[in-house]
Amino acid sequence: MALQSLDIKRRSATTTPMPSERDVVMGGGVAKLIDTTKCIGCKACQVACMEWNDVRDEIGTNVGVYDNPMDLTENSWTLMRFAEYENDAGDLEWLIRKDGCMHCEDPGCLKACPSPGAIVQYNNGIVDFHQENCIGCGYCITGCPFDIPRISKKDNKAYKCTLCSDRVAVGQEPACVKTCPTGAIVFGTKEDMIKHADDRIVDLKSRGFDNAGLYDPAGVGGTHVMYVLHHADQPGLYSDLPKDPTISPMVSLWKGIAKPLGVAAMALTALAGFFHYIRVGPNEVTDEDERRADEESQRQSQEATHE
Amino acid sequence: MNDVRHTRLIQRYTPGERANHWIVAIAFVLLALSGLALFHPYFYPLTGLFGGGTWTRILHPWIGVFMFLLFLVLAIRMARHNAINRADRQWLRQFGDVINKREDRVPEVGKYNAGQKILYFALILLMIGLLLTGLVMWREYFASFFGLWLIQLASVLHAIFAFLIICAIIVHIYAGIWVKGSLRSMTRGTVTPGWAWKHHRAWFRQVRGMPSRK
Repeated sequence: MALQSLDIKRRSATTTPMPSERDVVMGGGVAKLIDTTKCIGCKACQVACMEWNDVRDEIGTNVGVYDNPMDLTENSWTLMRFAEYENDAGDLEWLIRKDGCMHCEDPGCLKACPSPGAIVQYNNGIVDFHQENCIGCGYCITGCPFDIPRISKKDNKAYKCTLCSDRVAVGQEPACVKTCPTGAIVFGTKEDMIKHADDRIVDLKSRGFDNAGLYDPAGVGGTHVMYVLHHADQPGLYSDLPKDPTISPMVSLWKGIAKPLGVAAMALTALAGFFHYIRVGPNEVTDEDERRADEESQRQSQEATHE
Repeated sequence: MNDVRHTRLIQRYTPGERANHWIVAIAFVLLALSGLALFHPYFYPLTGLFGGGTWTRILHPWIGVFMFLLFLVLAIRMARHNAINRADRQWLRQFGDVINKREDRVPEVGKYNAGQKILYFALILLMIGLLLTGLVMWREYFASFFGLWLIQLASVLHAIFAFLIICAIIVHIYAGIWVKGSLRSMTRGTVTPGWAWKHHRAWFRQVRGMPSRK
């Protein structure tokens, strides 16, 4: 989904700065706000996503739950997840969450990706996969704290929600936002979306949802897809939304300090050998060694003949 | 004269052992280059040697499995010469003498010295570690069987094992460069009696049919 009209802020497997003189992003970039309290689970967003992006998943089988398909795939970039929660009063709450890429400000996929330019983050915060640079290693899956990217079995490239970067580039909102019939999904600058969420949270609290709040996890630097939750203290209720997602320490080690340390270890080992040779010189066999070896051999063959 | 010199030589490696060693060595170099390419952006241009990033990703694990199997054969061939004994501990204590060319002060060495034996066991452990972690990371066939946490652990361990094995092989290659007369044992199969007497005296006596002297 290469779009040259969007400026790139971060690029996978690239150690030098991106062109950064132009700074035209206002309001903390863009953000999509998903209000789970307004969602009716109609799946119009899933349909709009398929339509706009021209992806069609296989027709699955009904296993007796509303989730359909059962999981994100390379062709299903967004998915309603339905959770049934019995609250303290003994009432059933149907918690529906539109799952998909969260567009982290500090993206684990981009950090893990070994292929230059296969994953980029635009100045507006959208994290996008450029499949033409993808090598199919799946490191993005390893790096993602939300288990979002999927590798296609057809072409071995990774796919996920683009936040409709192509639509956003020409001033339109993502397809899912456009289609949502209840206004549960809204789109704008991140600052505006936080303000909008604050109003919603005040309203929810007045209706008895004391723990209503915004999901914008700081562990990944905040996200450009945020949720309004009735139970912000327990995000796990919403089909295992992680409470405090971060890039795994193992991924940080692997893609962080291990890189310079590993290269330094290799270089130092080779240099240690080089300077050892320069200082001590080669370990050579002398004529004296050869003579004494022959002496021993002869002594041995003489002893053998005497016996 | 040439014939006389030739018959003096001592066979150290058979043609089969030499071929086995070099197949593993070539596979190792390919793995190191492709693995580094996928590990650090500085080395990413090395993917060009393999036909691009995608081909590097496809080939690396297959070469890895191939190397593991051939290394296994080599390790079995070498196993009986690599048992650690008491003299090896003394050799290690006098490692300073070894690297400063005072080899005459250290205990007599069999076919392999303690350093070579440690390399042998280190390679076995690292190869097993790389194979297991590599299989967990192998997205096309195996990664879907494992949880995210295990794949993350395998990824970081694979990188650590890889750097350890590359460092170990650098030491191995340097030892071959430093100790003159060693390389020909792996290229032509033979060493001179003086080389065997100087560096592997117990083995020299064994080959010459002498009783070993402690």
